[in-house]
Parts: sequence; structure tokens; C-alpha cells
Amino acid sequence: MRALPVGDSALLVEVSSGHEAQALHADLLRRRAEGLLTVREIVPAARTVLLDGLDDPARLASELTASEVPPAPPRARDAIEIPVRYDGPDLAEVAAHWGVPEQEAARIHADAEFTVAFCGFAPGFGYLTGLPRRYNVPRRATPRTAVPAGSVALAGPYTGVYPRSSPGGWQLIGRTDAVLWDHARVPAALLSPGTRVRFVPVDGS
Amino acid sequence: MTDRALVVVRAGALTTVQDRGRPGHAHLGVPRSGALDGPTAALVNRLVGNPPEAAVLETTVNGCAVRPRSAVTVAVGGAPCPVSVDGRPVAWGAPVRVSAGALLDVGAVASGVRGYVAVSGGIAVEPVLGSRSTDLLSGLGPAPLADGTVLPLGTPADVHARVDVAPQPAPPAELVLRVTPGPRDDWFTPEALRTFTSRTYRVSSASNRIGLRTEGPALDRAVPGELPSEGMVLGAVQVPPDGRPVVFLADHPTTGGYPVIAVVHPHDLPATAQAAPGTPLRFINKRHH
Repeated sequence: MRALPVGDSALLVEVSSGHEAQALHADLLRRRAEGLLTVREIVPAARTVLLDGLDDPARLASELTASEVPPAPPRARDAIEIPVRYDGPDLAEVAAHWGVPEQEAARIHADAEFTVAFCGFAPGFGYLTGLPRRYNVPRRATPRTAVPAGSVALAGPYTGVYPRSSPGGWQLIGRTDAVLWDHARVPAALLSPGTRVRFVPVDGS
Repeated sequence: MTDRALVVVRAGALTTVQDRGRPGHAHLGVPRSGALDGPTAALVNRLVGNPPEAAVLETTVNGCAVRPRSAVTVAVGGAPCPVSVDGRPVAWGAPVRVSAGALLDVGAVASGVRGYVAVSGGIAVEPVLGSRSTDLLSGLGPAPLADGTVLPLGTPADVHARVDVAPQPAPPAELVLRVTPGPRDDWFTPEALRTFTSRTYRVSSASNRIGLRTEGPALDRAVPGELPSEGMVLGAVQVPPDGRPVVFLADHPTTGGYPVIAVVHPHDLPATAQAAPGTPLRFINKRHH
């Protein structure tokens, strides 16, 4: 575990894997909930957790670098189920990349259990991990200028669901009616870091 | 019943509602947003008797014009500009009474970029995640003003402003930003690190509320390849593939994949709100001063 100073009041804690980042993030949330850590933002990402708004980042840095990455927390919460019609425009390409028929590609995706590793790109956009590494797919060579809201998409090791229409370069494998982001709802985001997710196939229209 | 609202007569190039933003939601991909020049937003609020967190208008280059439906007190600060009420010049940087139905015109800036307009009671659009700020990256908060937009106003505090005029810093002729190196300074060549803190850049016209873009010497990487996405802070100086540093401002993305060479001291960020394209810009290493 490395703790890199970010300006005068933030730390970027770097670990060696996404799993470690998720475990560290869960442990930092626990410490904040128990009043052991005062910090404005705890932002997990692919291999790091950013702590922003710290009074004494140097002290926390020496404390963290002297300790081991905490073990992964027990999976307490039930998985959120997201209904998906696996009829995306890139499903055939993804299936070809995996060397399976389209229907089988949908089944592989729906059989996996996902965890929101981190959020970014847009409010409520989660980067979900859970597919075995052999199912990593490249981004599209040319991004789309408009990806419809509710698109279920793949890029690299991640699955994501577009909360609203936006440009995007991920491979679109399906659509959901689930509302990923509604700022009038509490909580506004359906997915937050650590949330477990299953995609449930529904019949296409 | 009083009709406390502002009618937008001339929206200007880009006028948004801003308060102190919505920090604390970065882990959901929500940018902090908020006034680019927070101290000036707080100051104009103080001039009209508002609390510092009240929402104000942030204008860009050519101001805006609004018509209050009831009498209000306003104050205009930030980039110096002419201010008029029904065509009569009134004070800039001081409280001004505007009667119901009169036209407040905030003119084009003489220098700088962004004006701040506080109205007694504050702009009272519905908050989103605790803030009324327009976030141009994520689209949260009210849309930028358009001609004809009607903005509700809050109830003025029952206190009088304790200041009549207040000194405001002039827009910078040269922007000097103190930086702390890292977290990814080791991704750059020693030559690039020297270049970064010794050469003069210029503010690019592609700058916006998301980032202050620069023109100048490219910074070469020592480590090729992509950085896995990581969290980004306000003031992070990210270096995209073209090698020109970008300073992350209020509407910056919460994560990013280009290395951050340094972070700008928070006290130096408000001045970036007023740095017009072409303004010379230097980054100086805080550890050496």
C-alpha cells in the first residue's frame, strides 16, 4: 500500500488490485462511520482510493503505509437486480469476441455476480466488475456520439449502465428500464461503490 | 403576496446559478461544481445581506440583464464591468437598490472573465443534492440562463449589510499558481518537471468551468501507457496526451485516467476564474518558496 500526497489535504492510496481497492474502500468507510476518520470525500477507483479533505494527510499516510491492506468485508447486502433485454447493437460483436453465440453471451453475462468497483464518468455511472478476465472486451474503435440511457455496456473488465444519454465508446449489449440516477430519489444513485448487482434477462420487445 | 423572482432579459454568453457546490458526492461520480471564484461570490452576498452560501449568478464576459418582479438589493463583483439600472449607471462592487420592474444590466467586462451578481434573498431554484449550482459537466442543477428564464428568489435576511464597498482583487495580468508536485510527477521526465515550473504558459481559449486549459511547452512522459482511472481533486493539474497541462476547476470529472503532475494551492484557484485567454500563466513549486 502506497499513500501519495495530493496537494495539502488529500491522499491517493494505491494498492495492487481492484479487489484490494474495494477492500480498502470498505474499511475506510467503516472507519469514517465509527468516527475514526474525518474526511470529505472517499473516492475509490481502479487501483486507488482517494481521500480528500483531510486535516493531517501526512499522519494518515504513515499510518496506512505501516499497515496491511484490510481483508475484504463479508458480503452483507443482497444484490440489486437489474432487468436487461440483451438486444444491444454490439451483442453480436461481443459474442464473436468471446467465441460464443449471442444467446450464450447473454447467459454468461446474466450468470455473473457483479460488484460496483467505483463510480465516475457521470452521476450514477458505476464501473462493475465480476466477469472473468477472459471476457474482457476492447472499447469501440469509434465512440458513439449518443448512447441511449439505460444501455448496458462492456469495456475492458467493466460492465456499466448509462444513467442518461451521453457519448460513449463502450460495447452495448442490452437495455434496462431501471432508473440509475434520479436526483429527487433518496438515494439518488441506484449503484454506489460496493453495491452487488445481478443482471436478470427479460424478453425483448 | 410579493412575487419574488427575476426575469432574465438578456442571458449573456454563459450565465449560471452558483453557490458553494455539492462536495461529498464524488464517489457517485458527482462533480463538486460551485462558483469558480468562491470568495467573490461570498463577498457580493455579504454586500446584499445574504449568507455566504446563497446562490448567485456567475456571468461570462458579456454579463446579463435581469428584471426583478419586486424591489431587491443587488451587488455585482468579480470582473469589473459597467452596471446600469434602467439605463442609468450605478455602482459596481457595492449594494444597489433595484425597484420592481426595473432593468438591471450587467455589462461586458473591462477585464477578467466572470462577474458575480448577488440578489437579496438569493437565487432560490430547487437544490439538487444540497446545491443550486449548475454543473456543466454532469448537467445537474438548473440549466444555464436563457432569455425569458424566470428565477425564484428567496426571502431576504432581516439584516443589513455591514459593508458598503469592499476591495476586490483586479483580474490578474499574469496568473501565478503555486503547485505541490504529485501524485504522478514520477510519470514525467525530469526535463518536463523543470519545464512545468520554469516556463510561461498561456491560458487557452478552450478553458471553461471544467478546466483551465493551457498553451505552451508540452510535458514529456517518462512512463508511457495508460493510468487506470483514479480520483481527481479540485486544482489537479492533469496532463493529457498533447502534453499541455489542464487545471481542474469546479465542474471537473471525479475520476480521470491522465497523470496528475501537481496540485494547485486552493488559495490560488479563485484567480483562475478571471484569467482571460492569452493571460500568461506560471506554475511555481510551492516547496521551493
